[in-house]
Amino acid sequence: MELTDIAIKSIYAIVVVSVLMGFCSYAVLAERKISSWIQGRVGPNRTTLPIIGSIPYVGRFLTRLGVFQPAADGLKFLFKEDVTPAHVNKLYFTLAPVLSLVPALTTVVVVPFGYFENAAGEVVNLVLADLNVAILFLFAISSLGVYGVVLAGWASNSKYPFLGGIRASAQMISYELAMGISVLPVFMWLNAPGTDGTLSLVDVVNAQGGALWNAMWMPGSFLIFVVCIFAETNRLPFDMAESETELVSGFHTEYSSFKFGLFFVGEYAHMLVGSAVVAVLFLGGWHPLPFMTWADFGVHGWLAGVLSVGTMIGKLCGFMFFFMWIRWTLPRFRYDQVMRIGWQMLLPLSIANLIVYTFVIYFLERP
Amino acid sequence: MTDLFFYLFATLTLGCAFGVVFSKNPVNAAMFLIMTFLGMASLFVLLEAYFLAVIQILVYAGAVVVLFLFIIMLLDVKEENKHRVKPLTWVASLIGFALLILGVVAITSSDNIKATSESLPEAAGASLKNFGYELFTTYQLPMQVTGFLLLIAMIGVIVLSKKVKTDS
Repeated sequence: MELTDIAIKSIYAIVVVSVLMGFCSYAVLAERKISSWIQGRVGPNRTTLPIIGSIPYVGRFLTRLGVFQPAADGLKFLFKEDVTPAHVNKLYFTLAPVLSLVPALTTVVVVPFGYFENAAGEVVNLVLADLNVAILFLFAISSLGVYGVVLAGWASNSKYPFLGGIRASAQMISYELAMGISVLPVFMWLNAPGTDGTLSLVDVVNAQGGALWNAMWMPGSFLIFVVCIFAETNRLPFDMAESETELVSGFHTEYSSFKFGLFFVGEYAHMLVGSAVVAVLFLGGWHPLPFMTWADFGVHGWLAGVLSVGTMIGKLCGFMFFFMWIRWTLPRFRYDQVMRIGWQMLLPLSIANLIVYTFVIYFLERP
Repeated sequence: MTDLFFYLFATLTLGCAFGVVFSKNPVNAAMFLIMTFLGMASLFVLLEAYFLAVIQILVYAGAVVVLFLFIIMLLDVKEENKHRVKPLTWVASLIGFALLILGVVAITSSDNIKATSESLPEAAGASLKNFGYELFTTYQLPMQVTGFLLLIAMIGVIVLSKKVKTDS
C-alpha cells in the first residue's frame, strides 16, 4: 500500500467520524425536542449566538428551534469540573468511557452509506472498508462495547453502578444470540447456491436493489433484530444498565463532565450505527423505493451519489426518530422480564424463524 | 511492512499472555486476556484468515471474557494473597514446560515446515465458503465430536449445579 493511499484513507476516516460525531450532538438535541413534543413541553429554546441569533426572524427561529444548544452542551461537558471520587479504581474508571465510545466509532468502518458513478460509468460504493466478513466484524466489535459499561460499573466501587454493570453484561450477552440468529435468513438468501460466499453489507444493499426489501418478506427477522438492537444499545425499554428509578443512573452514577459526555456520545453513536445497520440489512439501504433504484429514475453520476447518501441519511433519521419515540412512549421492563423475553421468547422465535426461512429459500432457489 | 506488523502483534500477544499469568488482580488478568485475543486476531488477519480473526473476537473477547468478568465481579474476588507454591505444582509445571519446549523443537526441526515455501495452500479459514465447505466435509467428524464434548460439559454443569430435591 502506498503512503498516499494511507493518507487518503485516513482523511476519509476522519471525515466519516466527524460527520458521525456531528450527528450524535444533533441527535441529543432531537431527543430533547422529541421528548418535549411528546410530553407537551417546548424543549430547549433559549440558547443563542451573538451575531447569528440577532438576525431578524431567522435568528429568532433558529434559537426557538434550539439549533445552538448542542454547542452549549458540548462546551459544558468540556469545562465542568471533572470529579473523580476517591473510592474508585482510577485506571478502569478512566478507561471505561473510552472503551464505550471507541467500538461504536470503529463499527462505522464497514457500514456503507451510498454510491456514485465515476466518469467511466463504474459504480463506486461509498464505504470505508468493504470487508467480506462485514456483518461479523460489526457484531464482533460492537460486542466489545459491553466492557465500557461493565468496567464503569465495577471501577466505580459503589452499589448502584455495580448493579447496573452486572445487569448490562447479562443483558447484552443474552440479546447478542437472538440478534445473530435473526439476521441469518438475510445472508442465507444472499448466499444462494452457486454464488460466492459473502457477508458484505454492500452486497446486501445491492441484492435489495430492484427487488423487495428484506423487511417486507422477512418481517420476523426484522422485528427480532429491531428488538435486539434496542437491547444492545441499552435504550428504553431495555435500559437496565441505567434505569434511573431504581439505580440513580446506573453504571455512570459516579461520572461527571467529560467522562460522562463520552458515555453520552457513545450511546448515541451506538444508536446511529444501529439505525444504519437496520437500514442496510432490512430497509433497502440507499434504494428509494422497493423494486426501484436511482438508476431506474434515470439518475446517474454525482447526482446519484448525492441522492443515495441522502436516502440513506433519511432512513437513518427515520429510524432514530423511532428509537426516541419508543423511549418516550413505553415504560421500562422489569429485569426478570428482560431476561425472559431474551431467552424464552426471542431466542426460540429467532430459531423458528431461521428454520422457516431455510425451507422458503430452499424452495425458491431450488435449481 | 507485514513483518513489522507480525513482530508488533506477536509481542503484544506474548506480553499480554504473560500479563494474564502474572497479574495478581483478577480483573487485570481478564483485561490482559482480552488484549491477548485481540493480538491473536490481528495475527490471523496477517495470515489473511479474516473469518477466523473475526470469530476469535466475537466469541472469545466479546462473550467468554465478559462471562469471566461477570463471575469475578459477582464473587468479588480480592487481590490474590501470596501463597506458597506446592512442590507437586512445581514438578507438574516443569514437566509441562519441558514438553512444550520438546514440541516446539520437534515442529521446527521437522521436514514439513521447511517444504511449504513453494506454493502455499489456501487457508481453510481464509474465505467463508471455503471454511464452511471444509468444516462440513473433511472435518465433519472432529466437528461433531467437539460439539458432543461441549454438550457433555454443558449437561455436566447443569447436573452439578442443580440441587437435588428429596421428597420427605
